[in-house]
Amino acid sequence: MRRIISVLMENEPGALSRVVGLFSQRGYNIESLTVAPTEDATLSRLTMVTIGDDHKIEQITKNLNKLIDVVKLVDLTEGSHIERELLLVKVRANGAQRDEVKRSVDIFRGQIVDVTSSMYTVQVAGTGEKLDAFLQALGEHTIMEVVRSGVSGIARGEKVLSV
Amino acid sequence: MELLSGGDMLVRALQDEGVDLIFGYPGGSALHIYDAIFRQKSIKHILVRHEQGATHAADGYARSTGKVGVVLVTSGPGATNAITGIATAYMDSIPMVVISGQVPSDKIGEDAFQETDMVGCSRPIVKHSFLVKSAEDIPEVIKKAFYIASTGRPGPVVVDVPKDVTNPAERFPYRYPEKLRMRSYTPAGKGHGGQIRKAVALLLAARRPVIYAGGGVVQGEGAELLTELARRLNFPVTNTLMGLGAYPGSDKRFLGMLGMHGTFEANTAMHHADVILAIGARFDDRVTSTPSKFCPGAKIIHVDVDPASISKTIVADIPIVGTVQSVLLEMLDTLKSSEEQPDQSAIVDWWRQIDDWRERHGLYTAPRYQTDGALIMPQEVIRAVYDITEGDAYVTSDVGQHQMFAAQYYHFDKPRRWINSGGLGTMGFGLPAALGVKIAHPDKEVVCVTGEGSIQMCIQELSTATQYHLPVKILCLNNQALGMVKQWQEMQYEGRLSNSVYEESLPDFVKLAEAYGHLGVKIERHEDLHLKLQEAFAEKDRTVFIDVYVDPSEHVYPMQVMPNGSMRDMWLSKTERT
Repeated sequence: MRRIISVLMENEPGALSRVVGLFSQRGYNIESLTVAPTEDATLSRLTMVTIGDDHKIEQITKNLNKLIDVVKLVDLTEGSHIERELLLVKVRANGAQRDEVKRSVDIFRGQIVDVTSSMYTVQVAGTGEKLDAFLQALGEHTIMEVVRSGVSGIARGEKVLSV
Repeated sequence: MELLSGGDMLVRALQDEGVDLIFGYPGGSALHIYDAIFRQKSIKHILVRHEQGATHAADGYARSTGKVGVVLVTSGPGATNAITGIATAYMDSIPMVVISGQVPSDKIGEDAFQETDMVGCSRPIVKHSFLVKSAEDIPEVIKKAFYIASTGRPGPVVVDVPKDVTNPAERFPYRYPEKLRMRSYTPAGKGHGGQIRKAVALLLAARRPVIYAGGGVVQGEGAELLTELARRLNFPVTNTLMGLGAYPGSDKRFLGMLGMHGTFEANTAMHHADVILAIGARFDDRVTSTPSKFCPGAKIIHVDVDPASISKTIVADIPIVGTVQSVLLEMLDTLKSSEEQPDQSAIVDWWRQIDDWRERHGLYTAPRYQTDGALIMPQEVIRAVYDITEGDAYVTSDVGQHQMFAAQYYHFDKPRRWINSGGLGTMGFGLPAALGVKIAHPDKEVVCVTGEGSIQMCIQELSTATQYHLPVKILCLNNQALGMVKQWQEMQYEGRLSNSVYEESLPDFVKLAEAYGHLGVKIERHEDLHLKLQEAFAEKDRTVFIDVYVDPSEHVYPMQVMPNGSMRDMWLSKTERT
């Protein structure tokens, strides 16, 4: 099963390598990984998408918790949550294609953030599924370059992950 | 406030932490620190002959005392040579602080002379590590390093110190922190009361119980409580390789070691148990054999200080996260205040069954080896040493057949007496570990049980024994081959002995020992064994290398059937299977 694990950790050099190292060392999957400092500069927040059965996920969370730099973590997929990923894509946009692309961008509530005479750079945010659907709608022939941020997530309601 | 250089600060912080012994080897990046060591008195530094030896010696010191072992090495090769010893300590959860010199901060990343990313290299085999950024951070980093290494599930901590940080020309105010606050590290304390009560109820209802105790009971100082619990309940106890000594080895309730080379009675009792109390043990693959066939009828109570050890390979029915000591104490309190008693008639039946297994195939009750031939059997050497040392020696070991014979045939009645590399299986561990033990216990008999293969992996430490006058006994069970490798090749590869035999290449260990200033004794004839061993052990003031030529064809049995066997599937001899 796909899980989103959100980790608060000390914003120390080497902390990220310990997390990544743990995954490679123990043979766990990382589907995506995002990390950035939080409003408290001593803490980083890391969001990781991983795949595994309950037993594996339990081991992953236990071993993450064991890392000295990890302060707290939560498996967002255990409750209702919001997940978002940012997509930037450069697409070929010539002639009639320009309108076609623009329409797709509108349907997916994306934005064109840069324009040349032959290309659009489009930004779309949403779940991974939505981004996949958008890329499919564009068609592979129009896509020149894709960059995705990886998933960020937060719990719904009043649940808060903080120190 | 006192002003100190980084090098002096580091040494002072170690003193303030109560360190009186360091095992190490100097080199360029560590020279400021070594100079600070030279200018003080309270910490003794032991100069080893190879950094691997330093880590194993510190490890032996730590295992035999319960204190944190301290290692000091230089950058680059000094640091990488320490890696095997760090991994050894990590696998067996041994508290250790390894201080490594590093190239100056402004050279890091430039492929400077003797530069190695020590924090990176050691990352998968440390509990935690620090790269010290400035001298002012030293006191807090050292405090944290010792705290992390020695609490919770213990383990090695690396402190990497760039040379500029220890510069004698720059001084900073020094104050050793009294307290630490780490929001990200809270080692487990007491176990969950409700879980403990459930566990006690399950124990009281058990009809075929086994207590399966591991190295955590030794490390967590739980041996006395465990013994009290087992005696109160009249339950059988088996120990892992790491747990030997956690329960008195000569007690009748002791079933011996379990696992791959465990006793018939321990493995069979485990297989048929209805309740297993696993405490300070981690269901290692050398214990469980095939996990899907592990103890099919058993409910499992698993007590461990490390939550990640619980339900990792075998799912626990009652998991309890807490220190071994606190959980055992609470179990005993609950038992004492409980009206209920175990069903003694069921327990008596269970003992009758176990005694029958023991009678049939036990290590000590059924003959496993012949002692009337011309060749010396390795098992009888261990038994003879057990008798000579009255079961009271500190025994370190290397890795291989000799290790298993020692584990099987030397009964450890006390914890911290059996010192071996269980998890990593590091050949070369025994001799340096013995030196670490001897330094900690100068008045005790220390025996390193080894083989002619393992001993050559850290044999340079014979020189350290000379320099610091550390009279240990080295008992080499010489079978002129890598015995355990050979055993597997004979059992699973139709006897194709690929690179496991030394032919005529072995050194004369007697002369070698003499070259280092020690006494060498060679025992080849069966009839000489006891007398020569006695003479060797009567020598109290010298390191003695006892080279015993044993039957090279002997295998270690019992041996669990690999792969796909259950706990009870064992070879009992070359021809007999359960």
